[in-house]
Amino acid sequence: MAKTPVNRARLLQGNEAIALGALAAGCDFFAGYPITPASEITEIMSRELPALGHPFIQMEDEIASIGCCLGASLAGRKAMTATSGPGFSLMQENLGYACIAEIPTVIVNVMRAGPSTGMPTNPGQGDVQQARWGTHGDHPAIVLCPASVGECFEVAVQCFNFAERFRTPVVLLSDEVVAHMREKVTLPAEGQVEVINRPRPLEPPDWYKPYKADGSQIPRLADLGQGYRYHVTGLVHDERGFPTRRADEVEPFYARLFNKISRNFTMLEMVKGVALEDAEILIIAYGCTARSAQAAVRLGRERGLKLGLLQLISLWPFPRRPVEEALAGKKLCLVPELNMGQISREVKRVNNGRTQVHRHSKMDGSMITPEELLARLRVLS
Amino acid sequence: MPPVHRSVVYEWLRHDKKFPHVWCPGCGLGVLLGSLVRTLVNSGLDKNRVVLVSGIGCSGRLPVYVDVGSVHTTHGRALTFATGIKLANPDLTVITVMGDGDATAIGGNHLIHAARRNLDLNAIIVNNLNYGMTGGQYSPTTPMGAKATTARYGHIEPSFDISALSATAGAAFVARSTVYHVTQLDKMLSLMLQKRGFSLVEVLSPCHTNFGRQNKLGSQVDMMKTYKRDAVRQERWEKMSQEEREGRFSIGVLVDRDHPTYLDHYAEVCQRAARLREEAKS
Repeated sequence: MAKTPVNRARLLQGNEAIALGALAAGCDFFAGYPITPASEITEIMSRELPALGHPFIQMEDEIASIGCCLGASLAGRKAMTATSGPGFSLMQENLGYACIAEIPTVIVNVMRAGPSTGMPTNPGQGDVQQARWGTHGDHPAIVLCPASVGECFEVAVQCFNFAERFRTPVVLLSDEVVAHMREKVTLPAEGQVEVINRPRPLEPPDWYKPYKADGSQIPRLADLGQGYRYHVTGLVHDERGFPTRRADEVEPFYARLFNKISRNFTMLEMVKGVALEDAEILIIAYGCTARSAQAAVRLGRERGLKLGLLQLISLWPFPRRPVEEALAGKKLCLVPELNMGQISREVKRVNNGRTQVHRHSKMDGSMITPEELLARLRVLS
Repeated sequence: MPPVHRSVVYEWLRHDKKFPHVWCPGCGLGVLLGSLVRTLVNSGLDKNRVVLVSGIGCSGRLPVYVDVGSVHTTHGRALTFATGIKLANPDLTVITVMGDGDATAIGGNHLIHAARRNLDLNAIIVNNLNYGMTGGQYSPTTPMGAKATTARYGHIEPSFDISALSATAGAAFVARSTVYHVTQLDKMLSLMLQKRGFSLVEVLSPCHTNFGRQNKLGSQVDMMKTYKRDAVRQERWEKMSQEEREGRFSIGVLVDRDHPTYLDHYAEVCQRAARLREEAKS
């Protein structure tokens, strides 16, 4: 009998799509702690991973969850944890450790209105700068932000691929609306997802230096306990991984840490344009706010307003070039956000005074509606 | 235990990491390092399959000297990394080395849950009664009345008994030793490595630089002598009256019990999940 073609179209929730995306990307370790609106991810992983024979564990807090993921990643697993604002705050310490020790891992932060307990669980986008600067000390950051259920899947895969490729932690910054929204998505067939795995050492253990990189600036990572007996520390270290404070070793270390990301800015710049070709007024948005902006563009055009949208998927590194290009020649730019202007500040920096850029901030626990955006644009234009 | 030849110890140490170590002369951590290496050699373990994990503090610097996989993590979090490593690869022998402040203050939550979970981890807690690296502040094990740089007028909090705490939380194996009782320490570490489940050895170690000086306890040798004077073997301790126990402490195996480990249970969970998945398919 002929095999019936598998229908890959599914009705999924954002959080579900993140879990499925992670699994498609090869995630084989999860440690987490319950928190709304991220718990579904943890629950789904607790169901899926044991069936595949992989470890899942609910830890005593978020600090332990990320610590566990980092340990597992060093031992060769592709690890993920998921949380929301309060938990993400607790994770900052070990997020910094992952940066300096260069340990690939994916941290999902489903944003809710903060600070502190804030409004569980109303939408918010207040963690954008925290995702960039939350851990102490200067460091690079990769942060991706989906706006639809389909993007949740794609971005989860991308997060793992970036984490593995660049040997770094990656933050998937979702929000309550995207997380709990249900949409029809067509998942790629098994084997149709591009999966990148970390480069492992090619040299024998005796020659291996865990922090010595070739031209790519990204050192190869050996699995702990496989013959490569190396040292990992949160202290600034030399190529062998041993603590150092020698300026001639420290300076190249920091340079490499930043270069491995900055040299790949083009690959990391992820945006989507809607009706940008002939737009006179530009909206720059991300996450749930980008959905309202999409509707605003459609409604606005029906009413004769030449609107266009630039949706940011990568928030950090900030996609400077696409933003610059989109801003060029526009009359006006509006940046709606569920915070007091965390990305509009970046847009203004890139814009450098050439186009009129306005922020549209809202912090009352509700979404920004398309009509609200159109009303604001009527006042501004 | 058979004596270990120096050349074997030499093989288990890292020589591209420049000795001498970072610790104060007379610190007990060097004694512990020696004891741990001897135990590892005697255990017959393959050094490619051993991972040492530490937190922050004087004890945090220990793993770097041993030629195994070593992870110097964040303050108090050694057990969380160790949990991840062990779950990721259950074939590895994972040993954490922590200090008293590291394991029972900032990492106290992780300690009790690691003991409760009974994952097959080994935990060495070096108890020097204060925060040595930061200059002698009081820790959860500083005795009441003792002086510390943050307790100039005497410490007013009751202290934790690390071993009792871990035993209550569910550890499979708990032992106490000191860096004076080296032969016994070797034995305790060896028993710890052999034991399945969460196994912990509390090692008393003098911090003459900070705790000793502030409390006028003399040199490291004087402090070592107090271990000799005050330590009582657990077997004898059990027969002693409350008055006799005053000012003294017991050494030896305090808890040794067998219950299924986390991984035993998790293997069952995986089987159950896979079976349900198969049934759903057919």
